[in-house]
Amino acid sequence: MTASQDSRFKPFKKMTPEDYAAIGFKSGLEIHQQLLTERKLFCRCPAGLYTEEVDAEILRHMRPTLSELGEYDGTALMEFKTKKEIVYLLKNESVCTYEMDDAPPFEIDPKAVEIAAEIALLLNLNMVSELHIARKQYLDGSIPTGFQRTTIIGVDGSIPFKGRSIGIRQLGLEEDSCREVSDVGHRITFKTDRLGMPLIETVTEPDMRTPQEVAEVAEVLRRLVRATGKVRTGAGAGREDVNVSITGGTRIEIKGVPSIRRIPRLVYNEAMRQYNLLRIKEELNSRGITSETFQCEKAVITNLLDKTTYLPIVHSLERGGVVGAVLLKGYQGILAHPTQEHTYFSQEISDRIKVIACIMDQPNILHSDSTEPGISRGQWNRIRQRLNAGNDDTIVLVWGDLQDVNTAMEEIAIRAREATEGVPPETRQAFRDGTNGFERILPGPDRMYPDTDSPPLALKDEVIERLRRNLPEMPWDRQARLRGLGIDERTACLLAHSPHCVLFDNVLKASACEVRLLANALVRDLRCFKRLGLPLERLDESTMTRIFSAVANGMFQKDALWHVLTAVVKGEVRPLDEILAAFSPNGGEKVELDILIKEAADLQFRLINSAKSSRRNYLMGYIMKKLRGRVAAQTVAARLEEVLQGDGE
Amino acid sequence: MANNDDKYKGYRGPGKAKLVEQGVEVWSDVEAKTTRGNFRGIILPRSETADDIHIVLKIASGYNVGLRADTVLEMKQVGYRAANYKIPEKAFPFDPKKPKVKLFGTGGTIASRLDYRTGAVIPAFSPGELYGSVPELADICNLETEKLFGVFSENMGPEQYITLAKNIGKAIEEGYQGVVIGHGTDTMHHTAAALSFMVQNSPIPIVMVGSQRSSDRPSSDAARNLIHSVYTAAHSDIAEVMVCMFGPTSDQYNLLHRGTRVRKMHSSYRSTFRTLSDIPLARVQNGKIETFQKDYRRRRFDCKADVKAVFDDRVAIVYYYPNMKPDIIESLIDNGYKGIIIAGTGLGHVNKPLYSVLGRATQMGLHVYMTVQTMYGFVQMYVYETGRELMQLGVIPAANLLPEVAYIKLGWALGQSQDQEEVKKIMLTPISHDITEREPYNGYQILQGGIPEVDEMMSRLWK
Repeated sequence: MTASQDSRFKPFKKMTPEDYAAIGFKSGLEIHQQLLTERKLFCRCPAGLYTEEVDAEILRHMRPTLSELGEYDGTALMEFKTKKEIVYLLKNESVCTYEMDDAPPFEIDPKAVEIAAEIALLLNLNMVSELHIARKQYLDGSIPTGFQRTTIIGVDGSIPFKGRSIGIRQLGLEEDSCREVSDVGHRITFKTDRLGMPLIETVTEPDMRTPQEVAEVAEVLRRLVRATGKVRTGAGAGREDVNVSITGGTRIEIKGVPSIRRIPRLVYNEAMRQYNLLRIKEELNSRGITSETFQCEKAVITNLLDKTTYLPIVHSLERGGVVGAVLLKGYQGILAHPTQEHTYFSQEISDRIKVIACIMDQPNILHSDSTEPGISRGQWNRIRQRLNAGNDDTIVLVWGDLQDVNTAMEEIAIRAREATEGVPPETRQAFRDGTNGFERILPGPDRMYPDTDSPPLALKDEVIERLRRNLPEMPWDRQARLRGLGIDERTACLLAHSPHCVLFDNVLKASACEVRLLANALVRDLRCFKRLGLPLERLDESTMTRIFSAVANGMFQKDALWHVLTAVVKGEVRPLDEILAAFSPNGGEKVELDILIKEAADLQFRLINSAKSSRRNYLMGYIMKKLRGRVAAQTVAARLEEVLQGDGE
Repeated sequence: MANNDDKYKGYRGPGKAKLVEQGVEVWSDVEAKTTRGNFRGIILPRSETADDIHIVLKIASGYNVGLRADTVLEMKQVGYRAANYKIPEKAFPFDPKKPKVKLFGTGGTIASRLDYRTGAVIPAFSPGELYGSVPELADICNLETEKLFGVFSENMGPEQYITLAKNIGKAIEEGYQGVVIGHGTDTMHHTAAALSFMVQNSPIPIVMVGSQRSSDRPSSDAARNLIHSVYTAAHSDIAEVMVCMFGPTSDQYNLLHRGTRVRKMHSSYRSTFRTLSDIPLARVQNGKIETFQKDYRRRRFDCKADVKAVFDDRVAIVYYYPNMKPDIIESLIDNGYKGIIIAGTGLGHVNKPLYSVLGRATQMGLHVYMTVQTMYGFVQMYVYETGRELMQLGVIPAANLLPEVAYIKLGWALGQSQDQEEVKKIMLTPISHDITEREPYNGYQILQGGIPEVDEMMSRLWK
């Protein structure tokens, strides 16, 4: 690999596993998956009731609590500096006094504990004997208490992956947070409907060696949990955080990865960012700038720019804003150093200001190394003079409310000084273009403490044994088994990861029906019914067994299966036997077929302008629909062919 | 060397036996082999109320997990890390231009610090400790603190009321511009009533404060309550005993409730304290006090107050319920009680079977007063025959004294006299609005949620 010699990072598509190995790439995942329960984890509110309506708003603030050394934790201090007003929007149906931090928790939902324990067993984790609810501090407002209630179910497991194993550090059961609605200036707004829903957090060891592997492992884990049929699916039900580090860098946590297929690019960009931040550190150190020798000057220089035509500053001054300037001694060129794809070091500073000083309008800084249009050369010169800037120095301007500008100038100095040390520990946010931006300082491990409101809960041997006996088959084993039954690859894959797999096994055994017929019905028809919002519980195991026994015994044609299932799932009000009889051939369908073939023979003349094949398809569909599957498609096709006019296709 | 209790702190039975057997103790960093796999972490103390079969480990990620003793095959000590309970102190800055406020501690935690390793909440109380966690206080006043006792709110009683009242009297003499009392919220209104009677004609604000969400939580109301109460003590013109707690559940403003008309009305809401049958004195928000009542005692500069710190605790509240049997009252008589506050139904009623025992009680010299369990409104015993009959038996209607306030007042009155007429005079003479002449229309306003207009108004006002 050339990375260590070459200052340029290879393009995404050209990176090889060897390249990643050379930079010491390491990555791990934290996967959050909502569980399919009726209630929330610590109260009796319904889970999964999302709404756009709002009944009330509650306003809160978060205050950092002193940490062990009597100092405020880095994250805590940052969140406090931002002095945000936090607004919670709530709907009475989905939120109670518990979520709004006006009542202590109820007992943990036993159903959620069982599902989490089942998944922990699937991941070969060492199961704890007793659950202890902890509080994990979050000061960003995403949880009104300021902490998340969370508990460990098991530790130290693994899953097989490409002939090796990926370590699973732990599986936790926790409550979900709020959904952010907006974050403007000093006010952040959250929706509370999702708050408190049960969620498992699966943390892997940093065992992935390339960005592609990260995505593959995420997919494996997703399928694994879905195999239980007891997790939520759909938008936002499963979410991944990715941890990335390279040699000399820092473990960086990227939050809010929108989908698994975006993981590789995102991870690549973070590796590149760390690589470039290390180059910047080397460059600064070679100029003799270290954390100790770092020098900067700060000044409010509004009066030097009162005649500027640079619009962002003009607009700010019109609103009574000020302009601050920070001189970074010896930083010439550093802010224009690339970090991620199409992104420069200046962005690191801009992000911090946005989050910490709440100066949100973009651009929020202007620096003297920028080639973008900005203030005039003369204005730059006057600022340089005021700050006694030399040729090797860089100046960063920031504008806005005086108090915010003061916070921003501090933050510029902080971030610039951090550059002398490489990669600062941060939580970063995924963007759709595959890059990432600063979200908050990475919280320390010392933000956990016991929840004194909840008693410990024993995870008994009987429960674990019962769960172990009923564990679903691993999806990969199941898929191979289905293939062995003669099911095609795609259907086998879909069925192996579907919650209907157990239904498949049981119905197949009880009805001795055709394997592929059943597999297709479960994968294709049930999916379709689900999409239409039809109640799948009407097609329970005993009903399905009777239907498939009937088709296996030749009581009705295979082609009628869809019609039978549709009739049942739509809730036709008559006994199943009658429904089945209605689709059974009784002689009458032959007369009907004769009539329909006649109709088709006439009908085709209205369609005479279309090709023969289209007419065949249309008429076939027409007849089959009328016959509701009571005559085999083959028979219908042969009869239709006799009357179809024209030749060729 | 840690003694045996500390070594196995909280562990009993099989849990302790396992620790002893394995030669490990609390704060040992251990590698455990168990029938459920391997675990590594620091052994934490066990809660006394938890079962005795589990051992608690704090694992590297900061989580605690419990291992059942009988699953543990082996525990190997690989390190030892005892917790360190020390809170940082920063000198509380002194500014001669700022008023001097005294903060009395009674036991609840007003501010605190977390020990993340153990999860213990360590109270912060000295001015230096408080300054470390709520630095805003230094912008308001020069704060001095004194811890009088360390009891939970439910364990506050006559002894504490008396000590507190005397110390407040002393602080007034010493020229403090305000007094704040940190107190658990459960019985804050009892103590507030006691202080209202025991410390009369105070020249300065006496502000009681607590928190509904403990101060170790980022969302705690403690810091805001403390800031608002200290501000009230230092700067308000209201020289009365008040409770200063959240108005709405949002971080918006605190209300100042009169000590004799306030009650905790919700088991967990932040905005749990309400003024009953009257309106609050004022609200305090961002360094501003907006008074709602005109009729209150103003601040003076004479350093004088009347302290009457007496209490006879042979008083009970009887919360009447249908089918109550006379034996309840009889047991009070037999046990030497001197006073009974009845919380009666409606306008102040109890059932007929109690008549004779109540008659006997008053004849034996017990002081029996009637209040209403509806909380809001006056006792009115002329409206129905029951009321008139009860009065004939010697049960005295106690106007609109809240039941808890009547209880405290009777204890205080009996501390001064046992004479029926004298006690009655004390009981029925309003002191600090414990009895009001009239109930304003908006003194009772329990708006019913769910009514569209109410919800709409609330969502507009109570952000």
